[in-house]
Amino acid sequence: MSSAPNLNADADNLLEVSGLKVHFPLPRKNLMTPGGTVHAVDGINYNVRRGSTFGIVGESGSGKTTAALAAMRLVPITAGSIRLDGTEMTTLEGDALRAMRRKIQIVFQDPYSSLNPRMRAGAIVREPMDLMDVGSPDERDRRVAELFRRVGLRPEQVALFPHQFSGGQRQRIGVARALATQPELIVCDEPVSALDVAIQAQILNLLRELQRDFGLTYLFISHDLGVVQYICDDIAVMYLGEIVEQSDRISLFSTPLHPYTWALISAVPSARHRKGEEDNRVRLQGDPPSPIDPPPGCHFAPRCPFAEDRCHREKPSLREVKAGHLVSCHLVGEDCVPPHVKTAAA
Amino acid sequence: MADTEAPPTPMDDTEPVRIEHPVVEFLRMYLRNWAAIAGFLMFMAIVFAALFAPALLQRDPFEMVWMPFSPPGKDGYLLGTDNLGRDLLIAVIYGARATLAVGASAAGITIFIGITIGSLAGYYRGWVDEVLMRITEFFQVLPPLLLAMVLVSLFSPTLPTVAIAIGVVSWTGVARLARAEFMRIRELEFVKAARSIGSRDRRIIWRVILPNALPPLIVNAALTVGVAILFEAALSFLGLSDPNVMSWGKLIGDNRDYLLDAPWTVTMPGVAIFLTVLSVSLIGDGLNDAFNPRLRER
Ligand SMILES: Nc1ncnc2c1ncn2[C@@H]1O[C@H](COP(=O)(O)OP(=O)(O)O)[C@@H](O)[C@H]1O
Ligand code: SF4
Ligand SMILES: [Mg+2]
Repeated sequence: MSSAPNLNADADNLLEVSGLKVHFPLPRKNLMTPGGTVHAVDGINYNVRRGSTFGIVGESGSGKTTAALAAMRLVPITAGSIRLDGTEMTTLEGDALRAMRRKIQIVFQDPYSSLNPRMRAGAIVREPMDLMDVGSPDERDRRVAELFRRVGLRPEQVALFPHQFSGGQRQRIGVARALATQPELIVCDEPVSALDVAIQAQILNLLRELQRDFGLTYLFISHDLGVVQYICDDIAVMYLGEIVEQSDRISLFSTPLHPYTWALISAVPSARHRKGEEDNRVRLQGDPPSPIDPPPGCHFAPRCPFAEDRCHREKPSLREVKAGHLVSCHLVGEDCVPPHVKTAAA
Repeated sequence: MADTEAPPTPMDDTEPVRIEHPVVEFLRMYLRNWAAIAGFLMFMAIVFAALFAPALLQRDPFEMVWMPFSPPGKDGYLLGTDNLGRDLLIAVIYGARATLAVGASAAGITIFIGITIGSLAGYYRGWVDEVLMRITEFFQVLPPLLLAMVLVSLFSPTLPTVAIAIGVVSWTGVARLARAEFMRIRELEFVKAARSIGSRDRRIIWRVILPNALPPLIVNAALTVGVAILFEAALSFLGLSDPNVMSWGKLIGDNRDYLLDAPWTVTMPGVAIFLTVLSVSLIGDGLNDAFNPRLRER
């Protein structure tokens, strides 16, 4: 549209994010003291391959939701570039932006606040088609019924209001709404975190089926490594607004390189019971430091059991240490041996 | 679609799903409050009097029908007569019309200005909020009765002027309430969802956020009717209302000098005002219960 096609773009990538920063100014405390800045997302790069699921994992407050909302232009972007299907999203405004929104939709975390309580379920799913002029009015009604069936709801339920559904059913309505405009990319911001474990599996399976049937691409946000391992092809680990490790699923779970990733994985119940890993488990101590004007050096240093002097002074950069596996830690050398393994061997 | 067969109904109905239409639920909650029912019935009776009594009775409330200051119940005058020998029962019934008309339209103006200012401030925040809130504060610090008196004296003392004057001096509370609701609701995910499907600001403000902000505003509107009625009474008591239209405030104003000798001339319209304000407060209470989701769960 308004921007020239990106000649360097890899046609396999549906979404290309580079140098993305989202900073929130805090209100001044008083006339003399400025309020500081929340570095919610502080320079991240990632590409999402067409038809794949890209996961962003990290503790609460690490900036995952902000990163997801930024990809959808739902928060003001401080710096960086977001290309969806070759179109630069960060400079789009008005009708051009609205037109692009057809291609990227979102499923929210909280099924209780993501549906307008004053609208009937059918109207919620139909609204995106009305606003974006998808199909004729008759077709829209038929498509609503079809979507309801497809996500495991009964078409008669279109007349109900959101509070008349259970949490899992409400999330299904959210999925149907996201599918309504036939998007290519669906951002899933912790879509199962608010649900019971049994229902989580149903929703995850539904998402996988939909991906297979419609060739969807997912940007999948979660704090739960188990969920990420189940559904994601590629995974980025976020810590305080930055990506500290990124790789495909197999490599990340078999050889985690960053001490933070290692700590997260060893906290997952299935991994915890593996023999011989009891001793070199990293326990995360304390809360993550605040993203308000973060200190220099490695952001993880205050909680890292392997931190050296250098870690507090110098900021490690994200680099590729083996094919497709990126990590940001001073102590991971050319040999690719992470600090926790070295310590265990010593 | 890949599979033509509908998948089985979801198995995640762990929580019982209540199927009750919101209107039915609202009525059920409202009807649990007997005081609110009484308030509603009382208000309906007053509205009925205001709408139909003049046509049914065919009387002139200003007519001198008997000697002045006849006490209630004597000589066939249920509420007695006033200083000009007018039948107080007829005057009070006829007065309902002006009082309610001014009360309701003043409340309407209050709600309209308050919601417009409050929703824009709460939605856009930033400098829009700053400017609108300074204006609100300005109106808040002015003494309302004095301002209304000035407005009515500046223009003609007709019912519309009185209603507008009352509306102009009493919208600040509604504006603050609407602003707070908008600030709260605009952060909820369904508002982000609305934007993500391409809704413009106008749609988000009026079609998405406002319907969700309405319950406390409706409760407030019911109370505003009561306040506006008291305001109208105060203005006509001070002689700042239409002298050619019978209203309760005017009756009290005309008879204020005889409060000690013929107290009924003042208390009869006073009781009418009291009952009307009471009925709208009870209705407001009932609406509050019916809209309050925490009470709903019980
Ligand atoms: N609108 C906002 N204004 C100010 N700070 C914000 C805003 N949104 C998020 N933050 C802050 O940014 C950080 C990252 O938040 P978020 O993206 O929600 O993290 P996550 O989804 O990983 O839990 C948090 O410290 C949060 O308090
Ligand atoms: S750079 Fe240092 S502090 Fe940071 S993760 Fe690596 S070892 Fe720990
Ligand atoms: Mg989040």
